[in-house]
Amino acid sequence: MAVSTAVAVVGAAESDLGATGKSILHLQAQAVTRALADAGLCLADVDGLATAGASRFSAAQVAEYLGIEPAWTDSTFAGGSAFEMYVARAAQAIGAGQCSTVLISHGSDQRSARSRSLAGAAETHTPQAQFETPYGPLFPLSHYAMAAQRYLHVHGARREHLAEIAVAAREWALRNPAAFRYGAGPLTVDEVLAAPMVSSPLTAADCCLVTDGGGAIVLTSLERARDLRPDPVVVLGYGESTTNAGMAAPDDLLRPGSIGSGRRAFAMAGLGPGDVDVAEVYDSFTITVLMTLEGLGFCGPGEAAGFVGGGRIRPGGAFPLNTNGGGLSYCHPGMYGLLLLVEAVRQLRGECGDRQVPGAEVALAHGTGGVFSTHATVLLGVDR
Amino acid sequence: MTIPADEITAPWWEATRRGSLLLQRCGACRRAQHYPRALCAACGSTDLTWTESAGRGVVDSFTVVHRSPFPEPQAPYVVARVRLAEGPVLLTNLVGAAPDDWRCDEPVRLTWRPVGDGRRLPVFEKE
Ligand SMILES: [Zn+2]
Repeated sequence: MAVSTAVAVVGAAESDLGATGKSILHLQAQAVTRALADAGLCLADVDGLATAGASRFSAAQVAEYLGIEPAWTDSTFAGGSAFEMYVARAAQAIGAGQCSTVLISHGSDQRSARSRSLAGAAETHTPQAQFETPYGPLFPLSHYAMAAQRYLHVHGARREHLAEIAVAAREWALRNPAAFRYGAGPLTVDEVLAAPMVSSPLTAADCCLVTDGGGAIVLTSLERARDLRPDPVVVLGYGESTTNAGMAAPDDLLRPGSIGSGRRAFAMAGLGPGDVDVAEVYDSFTITVLMTLEGLGFCGPGEAAGFVGGGRIRPGGAFPLNTNGGGLSYCHPGMYGLLLLVEAVRQLRGECGDRQVPGAEVALAHGTGGVFSTHATVLLGVDR
Repeated sequence: MTIPADEITAPWWEATRRGSLLLQRCGACRRAQHYPRALCAACGSTDLTWTESAGRGVVDSFTVVHRSPFPEPQAPYVVARVRLAEGPVLLTNLVGAAPDDWRCDEPVRLTWRPVGDGRRLPVFEKE
């Protein structure tokens, strides 16, 4: 029986996605108004805000734009896992009585603004600027590429095993009208292998999309959530782990921080990997998924290559994974973590149409940020 | 672009001018570390002294970069994690062989690449 935090998600929405021509704050406003409408709430009900990526003072910026003065904010900057961390912080803030209704939001115009660079962001005061950047690693891609190279070497896996992650993501995206690759047709393993090599062994098809996009979710106490229109989606547990900033720091590339974040989240929820009905796992790159599945305990070290085969993670398979099409084929707005949560909520509410996982009662969302730097796991469930 | 340095790392960069790859050795736990820090990241001690690496190691992993936003190195080039015999892992480049002619766990030795201001970058070639 799952333990609960007594906090629930009561609203979830995307902004426009893809190539939108819209600004960051416009996308956030879209997502926020849609998520609040979904919850049957309004901005005047919101007294907590967590967001990142809007500016240096992101929470202040977004709060001002929305016209609210929150009693609690968080702008923990941890890349793709930040939004899973916000769920944890929000549950704690609501539980402590610091605020009652938290909005978690994000928006990115990186495709329209052409703001994404293979080099990453320059920060000349960091040790990495002295001891890593001079060697020309693509950031963050080359780190994941080295993890993949080591994975193939140690476990005797092949690039085809990595490719299956991208192929399965496309199969899901073909069932999601909001996906960037919705109309693109199926992707084959051969096409992934033949795509232009960027940082070996990863090709362009092993890498997530670069799109605009945004999302928002609304959380409040489970007690209050039960009086609102949507079925509450309960926060069952969460855990996180922060492991490294640079590429040389991890002693073992094949022991990711998801080991710790997953163990903590499952322990809090009183659940294990076998209880998860649908998993939304950050797929910045194909290798990210293989290593995270192992880290979270869905299979043992080196077993993910085999685990994802035979259609297991594709639509209709025994392990529904990245059911919106993922960062690889649905949307990747720079920090994809919030959209993992949006899809997990929708799956638990049974709103996913052609891609709905029948009877899903427990969902996992796992964010990964930086160069396998930050890891955060959230377990959500239907209200029982 | 000039590679930045600071008050902790300046001796490390100066040593590269004479072809010496320095590591920090902790007086408390005896661990070697790279990059240079104001404390030992293994135990927190500030009792650190410089020691010279023998320049031998193995390739932990590598990636061939085919598309690069940087003016140098010229793509394709090999970015690698090299695990020194003394313990620390460095990010580096592998040089002196075709980019597709490298394997994880193969032994390598230190060589140097000038950066234009007299300092040099430690890079690695086949043993
Ligand atoms: Zn020490």
